[in-house]
Amino acid sequence: MAVDTQTVEKLAELARIAISEETIEEVSGRLGDILQLVDQLQAVNTDGVVPMAHPLDEVQTLRADKVTETDQHQSFLNLAPQSEEGLYLVPKVID
Amino acid sequence: MHQLTIAEMIRGLQSKAFSSMELTRHLLARIQQLDSSYNSFITVTEELALSQAEAADQRIAKGEAPTLCGVPVAHKDIICTNGIRTSCASKMLDNFIPPYDATIVENLNGAGTVTLGKTNMDEFAMGSSNESSYYGPVKNPWNTRCVPGGSSGGSAAAVAALLVPGATATDTGGSIRQPAALTNTTGLKPTYGRVSRWGIVAYASSLDQAGPIARNAEDAAYLLSAMVSHDPKDSTSLNRPHEDFTAGLSDSIAGLKIGVPKEYFGEGLNAETAARVQDALKEFEKLGAELVDISLPHTELAIPAYYVIAPAEASANLSRFDGVRYGHRCENPKDLRDLYMRSRGEGFGEEVQRRILVGSYALSAGYYDAYYNKAQQVRRLIKQDFVQAFEKVDVIMGPTTPSPAFELGAKGADPVAMYLEDIYTIATNLAGLPGMSIPCGLVNNLPVGLQITGNYLDESRMLNVAHQYQQVTDWHQASAV
Repeated sequence: MAVDTQTVEKLAELARIAISEETIEEVSGRLGDILQLVDQLQAVNTDGVVPMAHPLDEVQTLRADKVTETDQHQSFLNLAPQSEEGLYLVPKVID
Repeated sequence: MHQLTIAEMIRGLQSKAFSSMELTRHLLARIQQLDSSYNSFITVTEELALSQAEAADQRIAKGEAPTLCGVPVAHKDIICTNGIRTSCASKMLDNFIPPYDATIVENLNGAGTVTLGKTNMDEFAMGSSNESSYYGPVKNPWNTRCVPGGSSGGSAAAVAALLVPGATATDTGGSIRQPAALTNTTGLKPTYGRVSRWGIVAYASSLDQAGPIARNAEDAAYLLSAMVSHDPKDSTSLNRPHEDFTAGLSDSIAGLKIGVPKEYFGEGLNAETAARVQDALKEFEKLGAELVDISLPHTELAIPAYYVIAPAEASANLSRFDGVRYGHRCENPKDLRDLYMRSRGEGFGEEVQRRILVGSYALSAGYYDAYYNKAQQVRRLIKQDFVQAFEKVDVIMGPTTPSPAFELGAKGADPVAMYLEDIYTIATNLAGLPGMSIPCGLVNNLPVGLQITGNYLDESRMLNVAHQYQQVTDWHQASAV
């Protein structure tokens, strides 16, 4: 299945990954090869088969609704590329 | 000292034939001297190792040491280590120093192991050759022109080169078993949920599972016993009683029923690899096991199903790397969209970007049912094949990989050809079953792996079966160095 460059641009936008003009043709070719591989699935009859999201069909575990974590916000803020006064800094969003 | 197995190290440490400090210094020196040839470590934690070794020696002297106390290990660089860079072999996390330990690191630290460092891997565990690391490819100690397999290639190569006796690793589609096969080591992927994934950077959450790579089954059993625990911090962690996986290693395997799937011996399997695997099956017959022909009819659909499910989950899991809270941020972003796009475009390598794009495609409007939902239905068919097989047999055996290690660069230009390297291992992850790879011979002086797939939670039996084989053969003792 071929993937045109417009589709790759749309996917790049959805995935928030900048792809350069020079590599877009190559990326579209490679994605086409992979989608051709996965297209084998279309030939399988799966009528009535329940999709399997978890290998063991385990029940989701629950816990009491109480705080167990200690406050480590400073440790995590220290990892940020830019932070100030307990907040993550990003470029201006609202003019 | 580097030639000792974990079991031998335990005996030596407990009898005080040598100290953990001596052992640790010896292996650190060996890493420093030899690893430039293999590139199996991203970070060597000399200071931490020496302090842990000192503490271990004190515990041993006081007579209060757990079994693994003082034994050196290494951790795959996808596993978070408090205060130690955890890069996932990516430019994106080149500067990431977690403020916590993953549960398996906590468990192994609690057992007294000594951390020598963090091992190289395919970026974000995406790969079958260990060529996609930001820190350069790992070389196979058996032939440094060849790949060690991926994505846990650093862990496997470090064990094969006798730089460390055992290491942690992760397996999403074969990433413990495939490099184990290509480096003549023993690698075990437990049942999904057996080992906590908390603190392990997620690739495909419904498939990822951590396990050990070691020199033999006995050593893998020691490591697994310390790694397994129920973890309330991981909602998929199984709550089962603690098991000592070394306890049943010596049990007889007479009467064991071994399923041999016809689909694992078809076109695409290297003839000499097939011959080594068949020889191994004959050894099992000599030990009293019975070979049973079985069929796993949906085997050929495992790769297409995996390459929808894993990228779909990866595209969601890797959305957290946005240049805002941690990891790489581009220079001078002009707005928030530019910050996201360029940080991720610069931070992620080619294969990671490719899988995120495929995942975005599979999950996008109009394609969800045709790809993602369909793949999850096929996944159930694959699981049902195994469930039916395990009604007749105790374990399933076949080759781990289609051929021995290939040369660096041989498949880099063709991602689909690379994906086929995991053809025999992926179905196990889709079904959530435990699997392992053990050495079973050489082809042109390159190792061949025998894959053992067990029933759910049957790791003890797999280790017993592997250990019994290793009592009557010496392939696992063949050394690359």
